Amino acid sequence: MQYLVSVIDDKSNPGSTDRQPAISAFNERLIAEGYWVFAGGLADTDAATVIDNRGEQAMLSDGPFVESKEYLAGFWIMEAPDLDVALKLATEASKVCDRKIEVRPFQ
Amino acid sequence: MSDVEEAITRAHHEEWARVVASLTRRFGDLDIAEEAAAEAFATAVERWPADGVPPSPGAWLTTTANRKAIDRIRRENKRDDKQKEAERLYDDDPPEPVGAIEDERLRLIFTCCHPALAMEARVALTLRMVAGLSAPEIARAFLVQEATVGQRITRAKAKIKAARIPYRVPSAEDLPARVSGVLAVLFLVFNEGYLATGSGTDPVRHDLTAEAIRLARLIRALLPEDGEVAGLLALMLLTEARRTARVSASGELVTLDEQDRGAWDPALIAEGHQLVRERLAAAAAGKAPGRYQILAAISAVHTSARDTRDTDWSQVLALYDQLVRLDPSPIIALNRAVAVAELDGPEVALAAVDRLADRLAGYHAYHATRADLLRRLGCSQKSRAAYDKAIELAGNTAEIAYLTRRRDQLG
Repeated sequence: MQYLVSVIDDKSNPGSTDRQPAISAFNERLIAEGYWVFAGGLADTDAATVIDNRGEQAMLSDGPFVESKEYLAGFWIMEAPDLDVALKLATEASKVCDRKIEVRPFQ
Repeated sequence: MSDVEEAITRAHHEEWARVVASLTRRFGDLDIAEEAAAEAFATAVERWPADGVPPSPGAWLTTTANRKAIDRIRRENKRDDKQKEAERLYDDDPPEPVGAIEDERLRLIFTCCHPALAMEARVALTLRMVAGLSAPEIARAFLVQEATVGQRITRAKAKIKAARIPYRVPSAEDLPARVSGVLAVLFLVFNEGYLATGSGTDPVRHDLTAEAIRLARLIRALLPEDGEVAGLLALMLLTEARRTARVSASGELVTLDEQDRGAWDPALIAEGHQLVRERLAAAAAGKAPGRYQILAAISAVHTSARDTRDTDWSQVLALYDQLVRLDPSPIIALNRAVAVAELDGPEVALAAVDRLADRLAGYHAYHATRADLLRRLGCSQKSRAAYDKAIELAGNTAEIAYLTRRRDQLG
């Protein structure tokens, strides 16, 4: 079962910026233990562009699809046998990256 | 009640969780298990009066429920097998040896009380799946719409499936935290029964307190070594023992010091005291007690006094001191102040209570405690104002009646 493990940062109260070495070590462990599928950090939401091509013409707009104080800063996709395992990994992930985490199963 | 009706009620109490748990284990789906168990009991209601009560009601119900579940799965067989497989609850444990049925109920409890579910969903799901209460019964107990209860249960089951909340007993390292989550659900059910809120409800909902005790007994039987399980069960028993003495014939709350101690249930008290003694022995052997064990010990001190004047307040205070170190919540501090009043007088206690003002201003018991202390200090006017505030915030009819009388008695 795959889970999207989202890293949520807060613009008014951002997590610390020195977490990269700890995150890399955590990633190594995820790979070694077979939980790793994919992961990535995202650029600032200012760099986002929204495209809507449901109508006649594709509409482009600058910025994220929703403006909010909290935003998606990065994510993991993890392979875990059940939610308990995913939650345990996410608990560590939150400590490692010093940010709030959302765990959501893939369909 | 006829013998058959009694047998059905008893079977429902004793076998419901077992039937649901064994079906969940077999079919890996809470929905199927719940529906098939309900159908099996409905069939029993239909057939037992005519056919007689089967020699082994539990086995009859499990077999019948299994058949109902298989019928349902056959009906749904048009559906894609792969999709059905994906919807099954995940369970990677090897098959249980025969006779390990107790564990299945435990799995059910841990799944229903999973911390990834909202508290109200855990309560509704546990009462439905483990205690066998119907959605209308749960709705009545918590004064919410039946549809709301139905939605909570449906959503919780959907999340269990979609997020793959496992159907198993947590690992040893996670067990204490998870057991405490289960106990929190039971304590909430018990307290809602004991301090029922709402103007149209009975002050004590015996159905809820009884259900919470029944579930606590079950968990105690499944986890006999867990001190907090024993502690919570003892606390509930010692509280339930005072139930009938706690509300007067006119529906007014009777406080501990004014209760007719002869009306307390001696069997429940004996059982509660036995559990507390067991935990005291464990504590003496070096096992630090948790909050339920300390609360039970406090309750045991109160229920040991034949007369309110014989209450060993210094022991009550020592226990509260222990509790405050474990749980620095303002509510514990408030209850501790009541013991302080008995030992050091109402003035010292009032000073301690007033320090909680910021955090407890919206809590009726804070104002009720202040009102009583102010009354004892002869400050009638301030006491009256505090009673007014307590009455305004209280939700329990018996408590409101008591506070109103006390206020009106002020000079």
